[in-house]
Amino acid sequence: MTHAGGYIADSRTRAIEWLPWVLAVLCYFIAPSYLPLGSYVLTMIIFALSLDLILGYGGIITLGHSAYFGTGAYAAGLLAVHLTGEPLLGLLAGTLAAGLLGLITGIIILRTRGLALLMLTLAITSLCFEVANKATTWTGGVDGLGGFTVQPILGLFKFDFFGKTAYLYCLAALFVCWWLVRRLVYSPFGASLTGVRENNVRMHAVGAPVYQRLVISYTISAALAGLAGALLTQTTQFVGLKVLSFELSGELMVMLILGGVGRIYGAFVGPLVYLVAQDYLAKQFPEYWYFGIGMMLVLVVMFARGGILGIIDTGLARLRRKPA
Amino acid sequence: MSAAMETRNLCKSFGALTVADQINFRLDPGARHALIGPNGAGKTTFVNMLTGRLAPTSGQILIGGEDITALGQAARVKRGLGRTFQINTLFPNVSVVDNVAFAVAEREGVAWRMFRPASVYRHVLDESMALLDTLGLADDARLAVAGLPYGKQRLVEIAIALGLRPSVLLLDEPAAGVPTLESHRILEVLDALPKDIAILIIEHDMDVVFRFAQRITVLTQGAVLVEGTPAEIAADHHVREVYLGERHV
Repeated sequence: MTHAGGYIADSRTRAIEWLPWVLAVLCYFIAPSYLPLGSYVLTMIIFALSLDLILGYGGIITLGHSAYFGTGAYAAGLLAVHLTGEPLLGLLAGTLAAGLLGLITGIIILRTRGLALLMLTLAITSLCFEVANKATTWTGGVDGLGGFTVQPILGLFKFDFFGKTAYLYCLAALFVCWWLVRRLVYSPFGASLTGVRENNVRMHAVGAPVYQRLVISYTISAALAGLAGALLTQTTQFVGLKVLSFELSGELMVMLILGGVGRIYGAFVGPLVYLVAQDYLAKQFPEYWYFGIGMMLVLVVMFARGGILGIIDTGLARLRRKPA
Repeated sequence: MSAAMETRNLCKSFGALTVADQINFRLDPGARHALIGPNGAGKTTFVNMLTGRLAPTSGQILIGGEDITALGQAARVKRGLGRTFQINTLFPNVSVVDNVAFAVAEREGVAWRMFRPASVYRHVLDESMALLDTLGLADDARLAVAGLPYGKQRLVEIAIALGLRPSVLLLDEPAAGVPTLESHRILEVLDALPKDIAILIIEHDMDVVFRFAQRITVLTQGAVLVEGTPAEIAADHHVREVYLGERHV
């Protein structure tokens, strides 16, 4: 079964679900020189989680999720430039701004489905990108938005040069997001999203307000994406136009598919494998690294539709069958 | 007593093509009513207008005396309208009991809850299980629907609709595609359906129709040709001409 929730599902946290957190904390001690990469991976995991909520559970295919990530990133950046560098307020601003945009755009575009919807998500990202590109007085255009400082978290923990604080900050944010998404996915609301993905027509026929459900899930997802964007702004102290680009949306989709769609932890595995591979390949083969990424995706799509976690699932199932 | 469901002068045309022509139809509370007609008679269009998937060009649809013509699908379900589909329209990768639980949760109004796990809402699960038990599906409750034999999937179709506790139930060819050997199981289930539900069955299989229905409406070219008891319909020479001819003469 591919869905996590439902009325017969056991929602208690399994032991293995603590593994990513143990590994993440271990990384902090073992690989201090990789903490900036680690922060980025954690940020992208939040972003991927937000996509998994609508793609994996609601079945909304989008290539425009960077619109919300970028909105969150710019909202946090603008707040830091003009008002305050308080990081938690920045996260809140990014989350709310992206959530609001998600609500408004969701109301408009979720009336469509399939290809039309895909095109509309693309259009929204492109619109946002162009707005940020032209509004140079606010966003700095192609030069990006920088020159702001982020205050210590809660007035206590300063962002340090080695990215230690940033890493733990991202980890804490991810933990909260994971907990929320997990709650949501196992809830009746999450179950109804699975219903919409599995059979939209039948969901209508059992009296579900399908459109409203999709709009709300889309809004929540956009808000989470915005939070991830705000995190990136604060940990890198810079906002570039790339945060609103279609390429980022595509990359995110690739990461999630690589990890496995509709299972929460695919959003953990995908960005980790993708970004670490990218980091490694870019060092080894500076000119051809994209080839390696491409190969990985081709292999997954051809042989393992469930992504890396899907492969592990089938492997475990086989192991279990043998001794019996 | 007002009808469980009623249509008044219901029309639907696509441009010059009229697919529903002044249909006046009445479904009494607790009725066992069959809608038959040759292919292309407009049965599916009629059902889609009743459920709200298709808006009529003119005319009225009423449930329990209330005009619901302008209401959407969800609102009609809330007023007691349930349906099954001619072609299985299930949640394939979800367990059988969750298929039913989705419907029960919507009716019980818990499907918006976002914080506590679905499994906490025991009454949803318990009711779904009880329903499966009455249909003889209890042993399959935890299997994914996609893995069930076709005949059982047809029963899940009915189970989901019953999870809505409808006052009006539209059964769109419930035995379609089921081998004759297995169709008796579906007929048993149909016979055992609660007597207070008004049922409209759309069916091609005349054995099913004449065994199940107490009234029959014959639709041809988007209009009601004749309505009556099974005996009257079987004796009607118009009906024999346009419809039963192939089989019964």
